[in-house]
Order: sequence, then C-alpha cells, then structure tokens
Amino acid sequence: MVALGIGLALAGCAGGGPSALDPAGTGAARVANLWWLLFWISMAVFAEVMVLLTWALVFRRKQRVRVRHGQPLRFVIVAGAGIPLVILVVIYAVGLRDLAALGDGPGPEAPTIEVTGHKWWWEVRVQGVDGATANELHIPVGEKVRVRLRTADVLHSFWVPQLMPKTDLIAGEVRETWLHAERAGSYRGQCAEYCGTQHAHMAFLVVAEPRHDFDAWLARLGEPAKQPQTDAQRRGQQTFVQSSCAGCHAVRGTGANGRIGPDLSDVGSRWSIGAGAVPNDGGHLGGWIANSQTVKPGNYMPPQQVAAGQLPDLIAYLQSLK
Amino acid sequence: MSTTAAPTPGASREDLARLEEGWGERPSLRSWFSTVDHKRIGRRYLVTASLFFVLAGLSALAMRTQLARPESRLLSPQEYNQLFTMHGTAMIFLFATPMLFGFGNFLVPLMIGARDMAFPKLNAFGYWVFLFAGLFMWASLPFGAAPNAGWFAYVPLTDEGNTPGLHMDVYSLGLLFLGIATTAGSINFIVTALKLRAPGMSLNRVPLFVWAIVATAFMVIFALPALNADNALLFLDRRFGTHFFDPAHGGNALLWQHLFWIFGHPDVYIIVMPALGIVSAVLPAFTRRGVVGYALVVFAMASIAIISFGVWVHHMFATGLPQLSYGFFSAASTIITIPSGIQIFAWLATMLLGRLVLKVPLLFVIGFIVTFVLGGFTGTMFALTAFDQQVTDSYFVVAHFHYVLIGGAVFPILAAIYYWLPKITGRMYHEGLGRWAFWLFFTGMHVTFFPMHLYGLFGMPRRVYTYPNEPGWAGWNLVATAGSYVLAIGLLLVLIGVVHAVRRGRPAPPDPWGGDTLEWSTDSPPKPYNFPVLPQVHSLHPTWDETSRTSMTEGATDDRIMADGRRTLATSELDGRRERTVDMPESSLQPLLLALAMLVFFTSMLFGWYPVAIVAGLVVAATIAVWLWPTRRPEQELGVR
Repeated sequence: MVALGIGLALAGCAGGGPSALDPAGTGAARVANLWWLLFWISMAVFAEVMVLLTWALVFRRKQRVRVRHGQPLRFVIVAGAGIPLVILVVIYAVGLRDLAALGDGPGPEAPTIEVTGHKWWWEVRVQGVDGATANELHIPVGEKVRVRLRTADVLHSFWVPQLMPKTDLIAGEVRETWLHAERAGSYRGQCAEYCGTQHAHMAFLVVAEPRHDFDAWLARLGEPAKQPQTDAQRRGQQTFVQSSCAGCHAVRGTGANGRIGPDLSDVGSRWSIGAGAVPNDGGHLGGWIANSQTVKPGNYMPPQQVAAGQLPDLIAYLQSLK
Repeated sequence: MSTTAAPTPGASREDLARLEEGWGERPSLRSWFSTVDHKRIGRRYLVTASLFFVLAGLSALAMRTQLARPESRLLSPQEYNQLFTMHGTAMIFLFATPMLFGFGNFLVPLMIGARDMAFPKLNAFGYWVFLFAGLFMWASLPFGAAPNAGWFAYVPLTDEGNTPGLHMDVYSLGLLFLGIATTAGSINFIVTALKLRAPGMSLNRVPLFVWAIVATAFMVIFALPALNADNALLFLDRRFGTHFFDPAHGGNALLWQHLFWIFGHPDVYIIVMPALGIVSAVLPAFTRRGVVGYALVVFAMASIAIISFGVWVHHMFATGLPQLSYGFFSAASTIITIPSGIQIFAWLATMLLGRLVLKVPLLFVIGFIVTFVLGGFTGTMFALTAFDQQVTDSYFVVAHFHYVLIGGAVFPILAAIYYWLPKITGRMYHEGLGRWAFWLFFTGMHVTFFPMHLYGLFGMPRRVYTYPNEPGWAGWNLVATAGSYVLAIGLLLVLIGVVHAVRRGRPAPPDPWGGDTLEWSTDSPPKPYNFPVLPQVHSLHPTWDETSRTSMTEGATDDRIMADGRRTLATSELDGRRERTVDMPESSLQPLLLALAMLVFFTSMLFGWYPVAIVAGLVVAATIAVWLWPTRRPEQELGVR
C-alpha cells in the first residue's frame, strides 16, 4: 500500500518539470524503466524486512515469551546473502545492458554540438558553423545528436534529466555524450557538478524541434546578427559597440567581438538572462545591465555605467537581436 | 550507587586503596590538562564531537530555511556555500568519526577487561589534536574564510586561481592536522584490542563492538594516507605553485577525485561500521540473547573492510571513464551489499528469537534498521552506472546518503548515548523524555529526507543555494524544511534528556540492562582503574556467565589485581593467554604541549608565517624526543634481581 502510494505520488508529480520520470528521449527512458524495476524490488524487500520486524515487535515482547537460543544460520545466509545475491545479479545484468545502451551514441554523420562550460553559463557552438550562442541548444526530433563537452575553467556537469543522464566536463579533457528526443519540446538542463558561487544559476534549455526548424537555427547561427531597424535600436547598437559591452561580448557582424562573456547575437530570443537567473524581458534586462550583481551575485559581469537615457535604447537593441 | 564502602570480595580494602592511589586523579587544573584516563578522554571526545554536531546541525537548519521557498534571498550564495561545505566537512570529520572514537575510547578497555588504552598518552594527544583541528576549522567561519568548495573539494575549483583566500587552505591544513588524531587513535585501538584483552578472551570471545572498532581502525590506517596525500598536494599547488592537479601544466584534475574517493568510500564504512558495532552491542541486552551468527557478523565486517577499497569509482560514474572500468566498479559496489544484508538479517533473527525489552536504546536500533535498509536500497541503485549517472549530484543522492549516515550512524549513536549513559555518568535517563525524542527525531528525519528522493528524481540538482519554482520542487522542499525543524526538536530533547539525567537522574546500578559485556560488571561510572580485579573470561558473554563473573569476586587472584602502581595485563593476540603485566604511564602535560606546538605549526602555515612554522616544527620534534626518551627502568623490570 505504502509502495503503491509512493509510486503514484512519483508518477503523478512527474509531469511538467525537468523530471527524470517524465522522459522524452531514449537515454532517459531507459533509466526511468530501470528506476521502476529497482523501485518495485526495493519495496518488496522492504516489505519483507518490515514484516519480520513487526512480527518481532508484536509477538516477541510479551513477558511470557521464552528466549530461544538457536543459531538459525541458514536463515541468515539465505535471507541476507542468497536471495540478495540472486537479485543483485539480475539488476547488475539489466544495469550493464542499460549502460551499454547509453554508450550507443550517434553515427559519424550526426550533427556535433560543442558545449563549453564557463562559470556560470554554457557556450554553445555547432561543428562546422561559425557562430555561437549561450545557454540554449537545439536538436532535431528523433535524431541522435553528438554533444562534445569541454570546460573553460572548473568542472561542470551536463544534465538534461528528461533526455540524458549526466556527463561531467573535465578540465583539460574532452568528453562526449549525446541527446535524443522523441517528441518536440523544451527541456531544462542544469549544471550538476558544484562549480562555485553561482552553481545554482547555470541552467540551459534544449529545444527539440522538427528537422527544418533545426536547420533554420543552424543557418541563423552562422549569419550576422539582425541589423537594427529603429532609431532607438540604432542608438542602442552604437552604445553597445562603443561602450564596455563590446569588451566582453560579441554580436556577429558588428565591431563587438569580446570573448569573455556570452555571444549576444541572438540574445533577444533566449529563454532567460543569466543562465536561468531571471526571465528575459525588458525590465530584467535593464536591471541586469545596470547591476547584475544584485540579480546573480558573484557573476563575472561588473555593474555597468550606462547613462539613464541610453539604457532604454540598449535594451531595445538587445531585444531586437532574435 | 557506589561500592567504595563495601569492597567486592576478591580485592581487599588495602588493594582498593592502593589502586586508588595509583590510578586516581586529584581534581586540579593540572590534572584536567594532563589526564590520560581513557574514560575522561572518551567523555571529552563525546562532548566535543557533540558540540561540532550542534554547529554542523545549525548550519543545516540555516540551509533548510533558505531552501524553504524558491528564489529565497535569506542567505547569500557565498554564505550558503560556506555553510554547506562546513556542514558536510564537520559532520564527516568532526562529528561522526570522533563521536564513534569517543565511544570506542570509553568502552574498548572496559569491554575487553583492561585498565586503560595501550598508549594512554597518545590517546590524550589524539583528543587535543582533534579539539584543536576542529576549532581551527570552525574559527574560519566567523571571518568568512571557511572552506567553500564542498567537503569533496574538487579541483580545479579549489585551486588558487578559482578560490583565492584562505578558504581551502583551512580545509587542507585542517584535515591534515585532524588526520594525525585519527591515525593515532586507530593505532591505539588496534594495539589495545590485540594486546590488552583480559586473560581468556580469545578472538572468538571478543565483543562485536570491539571487532567493529578494530576493523574500522584498520580501514582508517589504509584509507587516510590517500586523503593526506591529496591535501598535501592541494596545499603545494595552492601555496607553492606546483601543478599536480593542473592539466595546463601536465597535472591531472581527476587525480584529486581518485585519491579523494580511495579514502572517501572506505570512510563511509569507517563511519557506519562502529555504529553497526553499537547495534550488535545494544541488541543482546534488549533481546535477552546473543546476536545470531557471531562468526558471520565478524566475517561480514571484515569483508566490508576489504571490499570497500574497491568501489571508489562509483563516485565518479559521470566523469567519463572507460565503460569497462565502470563494469568492474559497478560489480564491486553491488556485491558490498551482501555483508550488510547478512548483518541486517542476523539482527532480525536475534529479535525474532529473543524477548524484546522495548526501551529507548532498542527504539533507536529499530529506527536504525528501518532507515538504514532504505538507504541501502538506494545505495544498491547507485551501484548501477546508468542509474547513477541520472541521479548523482541530484537531491536523490542527498536523500540516499542521509538515510545511510543518519540511519547507519546517528540512530546507533543515539542508541549508544541512551544505552551507555548510565555507565558513563552513573545516572539513569528519563524514559518518557527519551521516547519523545525518538519519535520526534524519527518522524523529522523521514519528513526531511524522504521528499529529497522525489525532488531529486524531479530533476533538482544538489549544492544549489536557491532554485526556480519547477513542478514538484517548491512544495517538497517546504515539507523537507518543516521536517528538519521537527528533527531538530527531537535532538534538542536528547540533549535535555542527557542534561536532566546528569543533574536529576536516578543513580545507576552497575548493570541496569542486564548487559552481556564486561563494562556492566563494574561500577557506574567505573573507578579510574576500571576493574578492581581483571576478569578471567570464559565465554562470549562474560557478564552472563557465572564463571567469568566470579573470577572478579570469589575467584580473584593477586596476579589479576596488580594493586601496585598502574598496571594492566598483556595477553597473546589470538587466544588471550596471559603474557606479562604492563606498566602504564602517569598523567602528563606532554600530549597537550605537543598538540599545541602542532596547532602553532598549522596556524603559521595557514597564514604563511614560515619562520614561525619552522620554530613550531622544531618544538614538535623536541617534544616528541623528550616523550620517547627511554626512562631509567627499575631493575626489576630490566630483569635484574
């Protein structure tokens, strides 16, 4: 009963969020199935232990109970070693099968996405494409996509619970994993290896979309950023290129080519600001530019001295970059 | 309460007076600092470790309060990161092991029928080092300089560039300093248990708790060098520009993790094993029979001690090592469940055959079984690489190891506090207060940590100072926070219970429970010399067996009284045959001085005052030399008649 309750609670709460029990791809689906197998076995053994414990508590407490001095070694060995051994061999075999499945990555023709971890954001590039974006990567639905992982500083871990278990980003080494989504959607990922002050705000989004949308994303990634359309946007661009912004950030096709912070060529279309710190809207963007330390304390962007009159133009320009 | 007025038959009034003269300590400031009595030292370990437990627990409450709601701003990320690092570091290094060593210190000599530990001065030294190392680490917190990169301190986050300041130097030096105490204590336990057992206590009559302590001590001696090496290399990298962990200069970042977990996984068992020993010690008294399968349980402990050195890579299943190595470490991590299974079913069989006396210590043992078994299931899940990669570093693993460590260590420690409180303080605790404490703690523990399984599976990573309002995260976090307050109230009641017992408790008889081991055959609290007559042991349950018991009264012989000076008996390692009497050292200030000199050394290393460090190092060497300088032996001892 308890087991059933927990099981239903788990299944019921799973919907909507980045839940490992609501898999959307083959990698996570395998692990979710493995989990349910392990869960039901655990509940069965737990029930066995509870029955024995309850038996002792109910029937072995009365004053008239006579202490028995036997040594039921056979019971201890069978229940404590024999039965567990059989269970362990079975789950080990299933576990090995799933491990092999997780190792079964995409073929050489699959797209390769290059992800570099930074404190505290994700740099995203695609092999063969010139541009870069941040904290968001796209994959075509139904295809396995290779993800190559590097870190620019400390260890991070790449985790999209609904698609694929973790792979760490190791300093000085290159790691590979892959993503596969069976249905279109946006899947939240987050750094899962403690990486310092703002480890909590190092999220990213995996957007699984039909192949032609993915191809369009690839194309946009290689093109220069959108040109400003309005006067305000033009003034904003000027501010961006001439001020300290350009020292750290790049916008393709402009003079801004800083490499310290994220490439902002498509910042207007991103799902959040600061790798999941706040939603991407005008108010938050202004707040971030003025003093991101109040939004994401400890991040590497110092407060910016932008004149009050220039800030709306800058926001307008950045929001136009889609 | 006391039996001073009526000496036990066996040791005469004059014998007792001479024993008191040889072993007793007049209360004075000097004796407070110079004592080498294992009981006083054991009590100090227990009190000090409890104090660090309270600090680490308050850190946890602060974290839980911060995490009660999403996007909370109660704590800054810098504060939160220091708190979670100190919580883990202190719980592992400054609470769990020292607390269990405290019980070991108090109980091992009493359980094996000796008058002190084999090296009493080393024992005192170990305590002072533990105290100073603990203060060294906690003192950094008020200055905002506490370690802040997790108790696991992965490079390169912990290198000089990524974490400037003293934070990680406090960590590496503090743990190196503390390691001296742990190593000294372990050697002492091994020698004590092998050489100072009462005559007749062959290896197959050694209490399970003592076996557990010895197995643990061996694990410490083999595991700790890896951690020490790791911390020494880290300190060199940070302070003196070496590149052991720096891949840009030929170092290797994963080297840290390998060395850390070669220590770190055995350390889980270093914490849990003595606690399992406590369970095996408590059960006989409250089931009225010995633990089923004594030899099997000993065998299980020994095999855990060995296999635990072959499973460390399961902490690194997401680092991208070759799959073949994962297959091996996955198998080893799966198989290590078996010895724990044997112990669990041995205890269940004991309970099913005995007659249960449901006092507070047994309640905590039952709480232990329920909690530890659940932690064991999730542990087995983590042995499977594919599953591990999905839930490691999520809240699921936080739930898992709190079930293992609270289940496997804190429940037994609380059982031990209630079980041995009469022996340690000479006072009985309040049963009703104890029951309340148990139920609040048990409920609070599960309400706090069970939801973490859920929101871990729902995708919430660990070590985050805040989180967005994803489905299933906020609600369950709030439940967990509420649970942590209940848990804290339960622990507060434990503390109140102990204070109440010490102040108002009924005087305890020598054997309030009808226990089976030797500590119950002497006064509560024991005299400084532990036993007026050292026992002659005839069985595994000497206090239950008439012959062993009367060997301390009617059957006493002078060669087991040894009333002159400070003497105890050395026996052979395997079958406990009498070998010779050993003269034990007097109280001394050397242990304190040596520990102080080391404190100066580590503090000056921390602040970079290297000339001071050199002087302190010389003082350390000189103190050790004086300590070890051979004294002029009495002629009798030299064999000259």
